[in-house]
Amino acid sequence: MAHLTKCRGATTLLKRSIPTALFSTRHLATDSTNPITVETSVPFIPHNIDPPSRSVETTPQELLEFFRDMAVMRRMEITADSLYKAKLIRGFCHLYDGQEAFAVGMEAATTRKDAIITAYRDHCLYLARGGTLFEAFAELMGRKDGCSKGKGGSMHFYNKPERFYGGHGIVGAQVPLGCGLAFAQKYSKEENVTFVLYGDGAANQGQLFEALNMAALWNLPAILVCENNQYGMGTAGWRAAKSATYYKRGDYVPGLKVDGMDALAVKQACKFAKDHALKNGPIILEMDTYRYHGHSMSDPGSTYRTRDEISGIRQERDPIERIRKVILSHDLATEKELKDTEKEARKEVDEAVAKAKESPWPDPSELFTNVYVKDLGLEVFGVDRKEVRTVLP
Amino acid sequence: MAVMLQSGGMASVSATFPDLSNKLSINYVPVIRSDASPVSGWIRGTRKAGKITAKAVAAPAENAASAASKTGHELLLFEALREGLMEEMERDPRVCVMGEDVGHYGGSYKVTKDLAEKFGDLRVLDTPIAENSFTGMAVGAAMTGLRPVVEGMNMGFLLLAFNQISDNCGMLHYTSGGQFTIPTVIRGPGGVGRQLGAEHSQRLESYFQSIPGIQMVACSTPYNAKGLMKAAIRSENPVVLFEHVLLYNLKERIPDEEYVLSLEEAELVRPGEHVTILTYSRMRYHVMQAAKTLVNIGYDPEVIDIRSLKPFDLYTIGNSVKKTHRVLIVEECMRTGGIGASLTAAINENFHDYLDAPIVCLSSQDVPTPYAGTLEEWTVVQPPQIVTAVEQLCQ
Repeated sequence: MAHLTKCRGATTLLKRSIPTALFSTRHLATDSTNPITVETSVPFIPHNIDPPSRSVETTPQELLEFFRDMAVMRRMEITADSLYKAKLIRGFCHLYDGQEAFAVGMEAATTRKDAIITAYRDHCLYLARGGTLFEAFAELMGRKDGCSKGKGGSMHFYNKPERFYGGHGIVGAQVPLGCGLAFAQKYSKEENVTFVLYGDGAANQGQLFEALNMAALWNLPAILVCENNQYGMGTAGWRAAKSATYYKRGDYVPGLKVDGMDALAVKQACKFAKDHALKNGPIILEMDTYRYHGHSMSDPGSTYRTRDEISGIRQERDPIERIRKVILSHDLATEKELKDTEKEARKEVDEAVAKAKESPWPDPSELFTNVYVKDLGLEVFGVDRKEVRTVLP
Repeated sequence: MAVMLQSGGMASVSATFPDLSNKLSINYVPVIRSDASPVSGWIRGTRKAGKITAKAVAAPAENAASAASKTGHELLLFEALREGLMEEMERDPRVCVMGEDVGHYGGSYKVTKDLAEKFGDLRVLDTPIAENSFTGMAVGAAMTGLRPVVEGMNMGFLLLAFNQISDNCGMLHYTSGGQFTIPTVIRGPGGVGRQLGAEHSQRLESYFQSIPGIQMVACSTPYNAKGLMKAAIRSENPVVLFEHVLLYNLKERIPDEEYVLSLEEAELVRPGEHVTILTYSRMRYHVMQAAKTLVNIGYDPEVIDIRSLKPFDLYTIGNSVKKTHRVLIVEECMRTGGIGASLTAAINENFHDYLDAPIVCLSSQDVPTPYAGTLEEWTVVQPPQIVTAVEQLCQ
């Protein structure tokens, strides 16, 4: 099956050779906002709701931004892979490559006042939400310039000003937190929504249903997004769930199944969900997506799935390739320009890594800071019991 | 500002007002001897620079004649908690309450009675019976700046929310590099009641004490219940406030004026010379009962209600140990891994030179609390055992 985004009026998807002289003054980051309509190749599958239209409005600028952002994200994850193998990143490292379409699509449909919370596969979402590559790599390598001062690690990226609430290691624990964010939005009467992301593995957690019940009960503006990458750690979805139709699991809460590797479909669904949540309370989105890497860097990713499957998806559904085809077929850029964009992305990532490598380790005193707010003069007992903590006269 | 307040029969307790913004660096405060002359030594303390409570330790109770006997108002402990909660909710619109039966029902121990009528259903939120997720919700709301007060109908139920309390409540401030503060208060009744059975008689302070990033306090009188409730709500850190099922109907006269107690201070209940008895929550009353007997047979125990279970107020405790050289800990936690165990270790490490005898720790038995009344009585420390322990300690 070829999941290719078609575009209206195109007779061929073959690259056209265009004399470069005609376009020598055109910049890739074009500010052309001429609307383009693209139709998603896979329909939305609804549950208890009318699905949104398959025609997505977009602009050349947006498409090129999608391409660029996804290229940077892809590069970042691949670089993180090699840094991990070089033992500069330790512990757990969960990579997002293959799923980038969701991050850029959701960003396009939301404002920075909407809140986002996710689990541990958070590098690209952090980036989408205004994080810098330098801070991301510094955090991954445990340096003090990292976004959490090196004290959080791969699973704890946060960005409070941009309302990115992280970054959580325990599967499913972020879902009640996300409903709390939505509760606070309702309490403060803000007209914003919260995107609560979780995976197909977390979809079997009880606290998710508890939180969903409460969100529906109080009409909280929460959008629960199940990023179904088909595998919960090492177990395929159908082996872990009796009913693997995650978008229907809300029962009384409406749901929508979306092709999660199509950035435009994601954007449409998120916009639709945002409108719905502001009026009618929670909605579940299931993003049908895929991760090329294993669950984490300690998982080769090939013991529970075949390499053919991985390369097949990469060939047919890769999110960056799909946007590339849309851009080329609409003639918004040439192949060379897109390749240059990818090269720039690579350069940007490499520079950030080099800079992060020079960032210093956290000061030992940082061990005891941020345990309590303003550290209240509280004594945190160190491992070295020889240190006297109280001296009496 | 430190204000000395008296409440009939108890020694002076310093109350501090909550504007902590400019006083919170780890500061060195001069130590003042009991004759009020400063010494050259310095001690790192949690005291604020400026006013020192010169009589924080071993001040004889000044006679209640002067102050609050006739002023103030009398109320029960649960009403004191409610008063504190209500005042804070009126003061700060970000304070909200969530828990089971807190709204329309008024709270299973009436701590939130009538609050829903006053503040509305969203601010006093009746949750379904889903501790894990509503505690998580409270943490999520706190990340955005709200100040939720989570009520566990019984502290034991919060075991279901352990992950949220430990990882998200306690650790988010650290793992986010200081970006998020979690100003939640988690409160509820715990402890051994009257034949409530094993699962409803749990002492969660021993399970929670290792969680980095949270503060734990235990209230024992209406006066400190209101003060600690207010302090916990105003604190930027997550605070777990332990109440006790059997103490809700204690009556006391508390001041009319607003007061907030310090979360990290212990309370000197009865000054003495022979032995320091450290206790908290309900055991304070068993100790005071034993103290009456002890006084009659010639002992002079110093009783300290430690109040702050995490972190310990080693300043007050240390000064007391230095004076009496003997320590008895009376707690309701189980022997293994309880607050007493940690306190014993902390005192041994810090004040070993001042001890004349090994520390004795009286705790509950390491058993699930039985239903039968007699068995339940034997599980928990009783006044005669305290008397015997003091006699042995002081030989």
